Amino acid sequence: MEEVKLLGFWSSPFVYRVKWALKHKDVKYEYLEEDLWNKKSDLLLRSNPVQKRVPVLLHDGKPIAESIVILEYIEEMWPHNPLLPQDPHERAMARYWMKFGEDKAPILLGFYLNFGEEQEKNVKEAKELLKILEKHGLGENKFFGGDEIGLVDFAFGWIACWLEVMEEAVGVKLSEAESLPRLHEWIENFKKVPLIKENTPDRDRMLSFYKQRREQRRESFISSRAS
Amino acid sequence: MAHEEVKLFGMWSSPFVRIVEVALKIKGVQYEYIEEDLQNKSSLLLKYNPVYKKVPVLLHNGKPIAESLVIVEYIDETWKDNPILPQDSFERAQARFWAKLIDDKCMPSLWRVFRSKDNEQEKATEEALENLKILENELTDKRFFGGETIGLVDIAAKITVYWVQVAQEVAGVGIISSQNFPVLFKWIDDLLSCNVLKETMPPKDKLAAFFRTHSKASK
Repeated sequence: MEEVKLLGFWSSPFVYRVKWALKHKDVKYEYLEEDLWNKKSDLLLRSNPVQKRVPVLLHDGKPIAESIVILEYIEEMWPHNPLLPQDPHERAMARYWMKFGEDKAPILLGFYLNFGEEQEKNVKEAKELLKILEKHGLGENKFFGGDEIGLVDFAFGWIACWLEVMEEAVGVKLSEAESLPRLHEWIENFKKVPLIKENTPDRDRMLSFYKQRREQRRESFISSRAS
Repeated sequence: MAHEEVKLFGMWSSPFVRIVEVALKIKGVQYEYIEEDLQNKSSLLLKYNPVYKKVPVLLHNGKPIAESLVIVEYIDETWKDNPILPQDSFERAQARFWAKLIDDKCMPSLWRVFRSKDNEQEKATEEALENLKILENELTDKRFFGGETIGLVDIAAKITVYWVQVAQEVAGVGIISSQNFPVLFKWIDDLLSCNVLKETMPPKDKLAAFFRTHSKASK
């Protein structure tokens, strides 16, 4: 009997990557919502003592942390409906782009995380990075995974389903359809995939959450500048 | 086996390139090493890694792979002898987690210490020490992180520690000592007793001289 649990937070795109992978593989799991801002559960603190964050996958009680690491684990444990290419070079390229996404996340999310000059700088750089992603990562493919979605699509899923909500919350546009036509096509295709369509957080709830968080960040930013 | 062409684009002072070299040596893969002058990158490198424009880049039968940890996974999957990642999926996940922590948090926080000054350096040092403590606690007294033989985390951690030892002497900032990080410190000695690592590391004085020139140039 296999017991799979997922510790998560309702708005986290990192958690959704894992949810999508589990559902794609038809793996039954128990979802446990973490109250990240008030009190993290003992289970979370025991399972991920190093980072103390979600997502954490528990398979027969054994914890795995870090969304990309969890995705690779799921792919290996449940190899049917593969999410990574068979060819070793193509697999390496998939891993490369997932790492690109991780490494560049602070810049890509800078428009939401930062303010003033730093935010402007991040926005400019992020637009360049999205162009690179579109040209070299996606190329002429329908999905990052080729004809079908794969782990890389899940990893960039936040661009499809979260980005425009965050853009609205902040009042800054990072990704214009005119300058990134292929990426926007991918966004539309990705959102239409039934697995994704049926599994994204409520937009209104996200908008109000990100607006609130942005205000809290702004207050911290202003007070840290004043001191 | 049919003729396989393996080339590695690297820079002698890069720990990430060394990580890949150690992996190739452990597997007994024949490869051609091409030294890149990063101030003056070859058109070949720019062709094969147009996005990052960095080393290491591995070329296998004309196909390029970039990013040291991605390359090591590729090497492990392509040449099956002497596995570098554990066979068990859960153990593999642990190895990936720790290798990622070293790559994403430990190494960058250590470089921030050596590159910053005064107040900034104090804060950077605090962060670096926190990250190293996490690593120290996990390593305990095992000779190898995952098992009986050297693996991915061993390679990444030991090479990091070797670089830090040189960098900290040059910067005059003590980060890792036998008092504050006895396990990590022991690993440096251990590294030198491992032939494949020993012969791949650049000599400490050469690396120290490089750091000195580099830090002068950035002032």
